[in-house]
Amino acid sequence: MMNVQQNATMASEYSNEVQTQPIEHRFNPYTDNGGTILGIAGEDFAVLAGDTRHTSGYNINSRYEPKVFSVGDNMLLSANGFAGDAQQLVKEFGRELKWYHFDHNRKLATSSAARLIQHLLYGKRFFPYYVHTILAGLDADGKGSIYSFDPVGSYEREQCRAGGAAASLIMPFLDNQVNFKNQMDPESNGTKKKELRYLSLEEVLQLVRDAFTSATERHIEVGDGLEILIVTKDGVTTKYYPLKRD
Amino acid sequence: MNHNPFHWGRPSDSTYGPYNQQIAHASNVNPMARQQQQSDFPTMHTQRPMMTGTSVLAIKYQDGIVIAADNMGSYGSLMKLDNVERLLKVGQDTIVGISGDLSDLQAIQRILNDLEIDESYDAGDDEDALAAGLKANHVHEYLTRIMYNRRSKMDPLWNACIVAGFDDEGKSFLKYVDLLGVAFASPTLATGFGAHLAIPLLRQRVDSEADVKKLTKADAIQLIKDCMKVLFYRDARSLDKYSMAVLSESDQKVEFHKDVKVEDMKWAFAKGIKGYGMPQL
Repeated sequence: MMNVQQNATMASEYSNEVQTQPIEHRFNPYTDNGGTILGIAGEDFAVLAGDTRHTSGYNINSRYEPKVFSVGDNMLLSANGFAGDAQQLVKEFGRELKWYHFDHNRKLATSSAARLIQHLLYGKRFFPYYVHTILAGLDADGKGSIYSFDPVGSYEREQCRAGGAAASLIMPFLDNQVNFKNQMDPESNGTKKKELRYLSLEEVLQLVRDAFTSATERHIEVGDGLEILIVTKDGVTTKYYPLKRD
Repeated sequence: MNHNPFHWGRPSDSTYGPYNQQIAHASNVNPMARQQQQSDFPTMHTQRPMMTGTSVLAIKYQDGIVIAADNMGSYGSLMKLDNVERLLKVGQDTIVGISGDLSDLQAIQRILNDLEIDESYDAGDDEDALAAGLKANHVHEYLTRIMYNRRSKMDPLWNACIVAGFDDEGKSFLKYVDLLGVAFASPTLATGFGAHLAIPLLRQRVDSEADVKKLTKADAIQLIKDCMKVLFYRDARSLDKYSMAVLSESDQKVEFHKDVKVEDMKWAFAKGIKGYGMPQL
């Protein structure tokens, strides 16, 4: 015998739809505050850039709300997505770093900071920080390093990574321009891949600016201003460039 | 080493007593209700605001900040209260403007009052120490922590707040925080309907920190008054009576204006509107 169960969502009279469970109207603890971030590593530097627009839906909350932070020990950190969680993550990282200094009295290595961030993120595996996180710094050999994280802490060291609202617009551009994907050596007549090489700071800054002006054209949550933080062995410098405010 | 946590064992029963199974089977259903089999409903937090206050507006000008909020408390579409003060003064020179649920507003009022009392103990009778103690940036940070922690407990304080005042260096401080713990700064801020109706008008005059330097106190006050008028015209849950605070950086003073009325309204156009409800005579 077949057990016929009437599907309440199809061709039913409302009076027949008996609610077996209470209707829940749950509070949504997350929102998306837009914006996008981008990190690129060079031979002796790393940059981490973010636009300064802060949004809720179609509203522009602020035209200048920085989201890339120099967190100390020559490291840059940015978490992009839900701004409440992003702020909490950066704060928590700052606290842990302070304690590390108290306890060990030495600088925290970028690779160790990356592992710490994994634990901060995975620690909230079942109520995650809704953010895409990028950490920039220098490694033990003084080479630029970028670490990128998913919301629950899975991470990887990379040469470059875009995160946030316009990540899908910027990342393919970066694949091509930083990692030379689909580029051939012009001498070889299309038989040899273009050799990988480190980009200079000037080249990287130009790439970052191009990436953000283009993302601003095509993504409504990106714009207003571009803040680029550059980390070298001598410390952190900040650059600001206006973006379109429409 | 065996890396399976289930094989690590647990504190011995003989020393610590048997494991309390209720810990592993914890639920958010009220234990009393479960005992008496009354209800399978989860414990209830604020799921939606009941009594509410509408927009708060604020703008920076060359020597400070103007902030305003009307005096209405709505119960849905009913104007239940017409004398609610939604601009709270915290410490010597900080104004917190609150929109959203009014019972949660009162909870925040209590929390901030406790903070103020705590701070005043440290300062003692010293007037200068009292003035130097609790500044707007501290109040905002504290409020942001409270809002974020409550949202993380899925028990939010259903409000959007604007904190206006002076920071440690005596500079104007203007920042927003809401029920999700999202915080941001801008020279023009508005909550609720104001974000749609007033922000475009405010940004026409002040779109960046550079424009702040050009706006005089008188113009800022007039601008806020005009925006409150537009809100009264178009926001159905607003009142023509509001409170306004004017903060000036040069003398670190806060002028508080109560019972300000919306002025110079023109309702002649209303006669010509046809097509809504009863025919017009």
